[in-house]
Amino acid sequence: MEKMNGKIKKASRHTNQNEGLIFEKSSPGKRAFELPPLDVPKVDAAKSLGPQHRREGVEGFPEVSEIEVIRHFTRLSTWNYAIDLGMYPLGSCTMKYNPRVNEFVARLDGIATEHPYQPQELSQGCLKILHLLEKCLLEITGMDSITLQPAAGAQGELTGLLLIRAYLEKQGNARKKVLIPDSAHGTNPATAVIAGYQVENIKSESHGQIDVDKLRDLVTDDVAALMITNPSTLGIFEERIPEIAEILHARGALLYMDGANMNALTGVTRPGELGVDVMHLNLHKTFSTPHGGGGPGAGPVAMKKILEPFRPVPILVERAGGKLALEQVRPDSIGKVRAFGGNFGVLVRALAYILAYGPGVRQATEDAVLNANYIRKHLEGVFDLPYSLPSMHEVVFSDAIQKRNGVNTMDIAKRLIDYGFHPYTTAFPLIVPGALMIEPTESESKEECDLFIDAMKAIAEEAATAPEIVKRAPHTTRVKRLDEVGAARKPVLRWKSAAKSKAAD
Amino acid sequence: MRYLPKSPAERQEMLAAIGAKSIDELFESIPEKYRLRDALKLPGPFSEAEVIGYFKERANENSLGYTSFLGAGVYQHLRSVITDTILLRGEFLTSYTPYQAEITQGTLQAIFEFQTLMCQLTEQEVANASMYDGATATTEAALMAERLTGRSRVLVARSVHPEYREVLQTYAKNSGLHVEEIGYTKTGAVDVAAIKNALKDDVAAVIVQSPNFFGVLETLPGIADAAHARGALLVVAIAEGVSLGAVKPPAEADIVAMEAQSFGLPPSYGGPFAGVIASREKFVRQMPGRLAGETTDTEGQRGFVLTLATREQHIRREKATSNICTNQALCALAATVHLALLGKEGLREMAEQNLAKAQFALSELERIPGVRRAFDGPFFNEFTLEFPRSMRMISGELLKEKIAGPLALGTAYPELTKHGLVCVTETTPRAEIERFAAALRNILAKPL
Repeated sequence: MEKMNGKIKKASRHTNQNEGLIFEKSSPGKRAFELPPLDVPKVDAAKSLGPQHRREGVEGFPEVSEIEVIRHFTRLSTWNYAIDLGMYPLGSCTMKYNPRVNEFVARLDGIATEHPYQPQELSQGCLKILHLLEKCLLEITGMDSITLQPAAGAQGELTGLLLIRAYLEKQGNARKKVLIPDSAHGTNPATAVIAGYQVENIKSESHGQIDVDKLRDLVTDDVAALMITNPSTLGIFEERIPEIAEILHARGALLYMDGANMNALTGVTRPGELGVDVMHLNLHKTFSTPHGGGGPGAGPVAMKKILEPFRPVPILVERAGGKLALEQVRPDSIGKVRAFGGNFGVLVRALAYILAYGPGVRQATEDAVLNANYIRKHLEGVFDLPYSLPSMHEVVFSDAIQKRNGVNTMDIAKRLIDYGFHPYTTAFPLIVPGALMIEPTESESKEECDLFIDAMKAIAEEAATAPEIVKRAPHTTRVKRLDEVGAARKPVLRWKSAAKSKAAD
Repeated sequence: MRYLPKSPAERQEMLAAIGAKSIDELFESIPEKYRLRDALKLPGPFSEAEVIGYFKERANENSLGYTSFLGAGVYQHLRSVITDTILLRGEFLTSYTPYQAEITQGTLQAIFEFQTLMCQLTEQEVANASMYDGATATTEAALMAERLTGRSRVLVARSVHPEYREVLQTYAKNSGLHVEEIGYTKTGAVDVAAIKNALKDDVAAVIVQSPNFFGVLETLPGIADAAHARGALLVVAIAEGVSLGAVKPPAEADIVAMEAQSFGLPPSYGGPFAGVIASREKFVRQMPGRLAGETTDTEGQRGFVLTLATREQHIRREKATSNICTNQALCALAATVHLALLGKEGLREMAEQNLAKAQFALSELERIPGVRRAFDGPFFNEFTLEFPRSMRMISGELLKEKIAGPLALGTAYPELTKHGLVCVTETTPRAEIERFAAALRNILAKPL
């Protein structure tokens, strides 16, 4: 076994439990759930459904006891890293503390129990929550109007582009192209295609910013919009964004802002005042709703007045006397982007977060930017900094220095695991070869930042003196590096019983 | 602020280390005239107790104390306290998408188990984890069929959930997909003859839902044969997953689009839920969304990774199968825990209780003069009634008795203004069904 580096301060090894698949623990006759007795006459299922519709139970479904379920999932949980265990510096993901009171309120009777089709006079509490959240997000973004319906950032992007398309169509020409910088998230181009637009990638200038002069040439009457991420995925504020907006507006095109990095701006500046026409927010980033291993999120879209008539239904309105209502019919609406009104439970958590801070949310932004700059200051020189403009909430290094010894960003990331940290984002943004994208968020103490800096420095030293340790990392995890190529070449995407696997061979 | 782990002195120390005189210096890349001078006008700051107080007040303005007979894509089912106990473990709750497989094996194995459970339920070969909801899963299934067949027309039954169809229209509009709707017959099932008539060689998929929006089970083998005969795929949407404990799965389908809300997720005023796409293995490379696969590590141990990522936006950008990134992972975990608890027997029993309660409710309600069942096809836990008065009047009167529902169908189906959709699950006590029937009898007995 690899000798542990004496410099690892944050983590120690400890035993954790092995655990098979839930199906492998199954044995006929065991059960973990009992229903109250049926209080109406039992029916013959074959008779009421018709024999052609009758199913006699799900083949292969697990049969286990309650304690086994608890142990199974508790054991699995111990194999995860999580914000609750420590810093999770994934750039662009904003892995901040998820307050537990938010979980509590989202589960209240009268909140979690409410049906989306119950009469609106029985839903005033839900509607007030949505109304207040709308007002708060408009105040934060400086925009005029909002929809809370999109289920995640990518769906927010789609909603935003459909709003733009509907607006342009109403003017007589939906146009053909959407401009997207080469530093953008992959969702941007994927979304533009679904919205029926061709993607034109634009190259960043040498400082990593939008090349404004080139943009002037690219914005023709065919261009519907530019999708910009601000701060960019380099963590750099697009200083010329008001000018960019003017260039677009002069040609009748609109400016879309990917709000994934809103954690750098909240309480400090407002996109609405920067010339942005429409933007989405990732409530599971900036507004602390838990990532939960990949969702659920919510991607509200805030917009200027000109786009308001096209919002997806239902629309929340305030009637005379203060009663709130949802309107289902709007002639110019882009339609629905998901069933019902949105990921309500996520919206509840985001409002709970905003209420906890109030105007003090600016302090969170300041601390996030402070942490990123503190880390940058200490690691500059140790790691290559390809773009030197001031960092906001995240900093992007490259592996250029370590590459000389054959150590790349993925190796460093994996070695970071041994030091007790989750890796930063690797190999993104695409404009930085071998990127190390680090976003600490405001949730890290000075002590945790210092531990991270020490770990990164120690790894840099290992990369110079004992690169093999880094290249074969992680050394301390339950499983070592996994064969991803094999997994994709011969996909095994579900468990099969031994008998079934045998029959298939 | 209780969420922020820094003292004022530490902030100063860090600023000094950076070489900045004040925090404002770190924001100088924002042109000064765009920097906010005033504090945002937001309510708060609230203590924990105040946050709870605010939401409890809102909860009391909702439907507490009312009995609901609403379903229509969102179902009230028993949930074990264990599901939340597991979901609230920070290692699941506060973990990211498992790109770093070595330290997210817990999430990855759970996703693999979810995929397996979904395959078992639907009798399909592969299942993803996950889509936003049943509506977007149905829509993505249509787009998947478009890619698989290279055809651009889809036939969708009007008995598919109206909101699923609306979402499909929103996405189809700009994807070159032409959507055509197919009516229903007096049984409440899709008009199979109309499907056969509309099926031409340019149809990518026939989309039906079963149990459908009216609660009626569709007869899938005939629809599958008709679709396949013209080279089209059969997409089956499932909004009520619990039905699969008693009702034959859509094994004939090429793609199944399911809403997993019924598996341990509360109604939560419409979300978050979890959509699933399950399909034939040969179609997997056109499937959207995340997939976990089994593999081995350098020492030969079993482990799991996210796989076939070349379908996804972070690799393929504009050529991806979908733009989905963040999905509904924690909801999929809830379904996994819930179904592990229920197990084979629990799910069967739950499904059969739904069946029995719905049959009982129908027999109670049908005895009321003027009330009749609108469609006579077999049903699971929902059925459509036709009343002698408008739904508007009936709903208003029932509300006075603290009863919410049945759902008026007239908005989505202008021809069904006197029709209501009744949902009864294992959570509806017999006494409440009887109270509902008695109230309805009284309302209808009153002179006009």
